[in-house]
Parts: sequence; structure tokens; C-alpha cells
Amino acid sequence: MRFAIPLGIFILMAGLLGYGLGLDPKKVPSPLIGKPVPSFSLPILHNPQQQMSKDDLLGEAWVLNVWASWCVACRAEHKYITRLGDMKLVKVIGLNYKDDPEDARNWLLKLGNSYTASLMDQDGRVGIDWGVYGVPETFIIDKEGIIQYKYIGPINQEILDNEIVPLLRELMS
Amino acid sequence: MLRLLILCFLLFSLPSHAAIEAYEFQSAQMEADYNKLISELRCLVCQNQNLADSNAELAKDLRKQTHEMLTQGKTPDQVVQYMIDRYGDFVLYRPRLKTDTLLLWFGPFALLVLVLWLVIRVMRKKQKLVPPTNDALQRAQQLLSDNQEKT
Repeated sequence: MRFAIPLGIFILMAGLLGYGLGLDPKKVPSPLIGKPVPSFSLPILHNPQQQMSKDDLLGEAWVLNVWASWCVACRAEHKYITRLGDMKLVKVIGLNYKDDPEDARNWLLKLGNSYTASLMDQDGRVGIDWGVYGVPETFIIDKEGIIQYKYIGPINQEILDNEIVPLLRELMS
Repeated sequence: MLRLLILCFLLFSLPSHAAIEAYEFQSAQMEADYNKLISELRCLVCQNQNLADSNAELAKDLRKQTHEMLTQGKTPDQVVQYMIDRYGDFVLYRPRLKTDTLLLWFGPFALLVLVLWLVIRVMRKKQKLVPPTNDALQRAQQLLSDNQEKT
């Protein structure tokens, strides 16, 4: 009985600390979820004369994947993005973040390109508007242009199967 | 000797800020605002550094953004709101006081009060004088009288 209180406090603290260990401090909840897409108009990587803006994508659900040729984790993630693109569920737009266009095009040539289009954000300003802080990042936007989901870091098969694809099917129905 | 020492300190002192960009400011007030802002905003890439100390690309961009917004005549509060809108409350080193952060702000004080209360309670309990039981009293008397007999 004498030890009940200290033991209780210990168990409580151990529990809290244990829970804290399981959290990833790199995953900061985005304030953009549930908000409309920030406006942008960017040149297309493979056709820089042409611009794409948020209005061009309104009316259907779409995915925005932030990537760069200098980003190592993007390389690991790329095959899952390719898989997603090949499913032809929705438009998968790449945001080529702070990259050299030539390097970016070569990167896609080498690793495959299933993006509907990649947009060039060379000075990273659009990235700031989207609250990008760790490439790669993946956003899902619904047909009203509201951001519904954000994944920070490289996606994998599990995330694709359990989170991204189900949400896309739900948004499309 | 002292002068030499001071000279050495001055020559080899390390700059406390990693920010290397040389920005121009229209006024001393604006410069002060800028320095205050970049020291209070967190760099999200290297989370335990503020924008002023971080060399990350993003920190550089956000410093540029901060400078630009101030030059455009935005107030420091508007800059802070701009950052929160994009990166969430996490960008603030000093979180705002709202329902979500009540525990964060007042939790430590609540804990302090709780601990103080516990300590006082335990100390009071220890100090409390308990009248001796009859057995103890008898035994004490016995010991005292034994002692007297011996002397």
C-alpha cells in the first residue's frame, strides 16, 4: 500500500513516455487539411511554355506529389507513385520542388514517368504555400479543391493500399 | 595581457547566427522585427533550431519570405499568421495561449502546486505528535526506574 502512489505515478509516466516513443516528431499535422488548395500557376516540366493552375484541376479528385531529383527518399518512393499513376484512377500531378529542370527530366527518363504532369517550382514558393517542409510529400485533393489528406515522407505499398487508394475511391464515388 | 586576451576573444568569437544573407532594411525597427521573427519561428526541417540558426534550404527560403513580407509593409503578426497558416502552430517556439495549449502553458504550474501540496501533507503527517500508548508508557517508566536503581 505504501508503494501504491509512487508505483501509480511510475506506471503513468512510463505509459506516457512509451506512447511518446511511438510518435514521429517529423510528422507535424498540417493546418491545410480541410482547406482549399492554395492558388498557383506553374510551368509544366515537359512543356515549360505552358502553365498549369489550380483551376485546371478543379472538378475531379487529384493527387499532388512533391518530388525532386536531389531527394533520395523520392527515389525510393518513385515506384509506388508510378504504380498509383498506372492505375489511372486520378490525375497524379508532380510538384518538382526546387530542382534543376534538366536534372528533373533526366531523373524521370531514367526512373519512369507516370505523372499526368510535373510542375516546376524552382524557387520553392508554391512549396511554401503548401506547407512543404520535407520532400517527398503527398496530398490528396477532392473535386471541390479541398485538401483531404497529406502524407509526409516516402509512401510505400502499405500506405498506398490502405490509405491513398481507398480515400481516392471514396472521393471519386 | 588582458587586452591581448580580449582581442583573442573578439577575433575568434563565433557568430551566434547562421543566417548569412545580408538583407537591407528600411528602418532599424524593421530589422529588429526581422531578427525577432526569425528567432521565434521554428525551422521545420531541423526541428530544434529556429529560422535564424538553421542552414536548411527551407529556413533560407522562409527568412527570405519574412524579409520580403516586412519590406512590403506587413506587420510581424501578419508574418506569423502566414507561417501558421502553412505550417501550423508548430512553427511557433512560443505557442499561443488557446484551449489546445492550456495544458502546455499551465500544466507545469499545476504539477508544482500538486507536488507542493503532497510534500506539505507528508511533512505534516510526520510532525503530528501521537500520544504514547499505555504499553510504551509503562516500558518507559520501567526503564527509567531501572536506571535509577542502578545509580
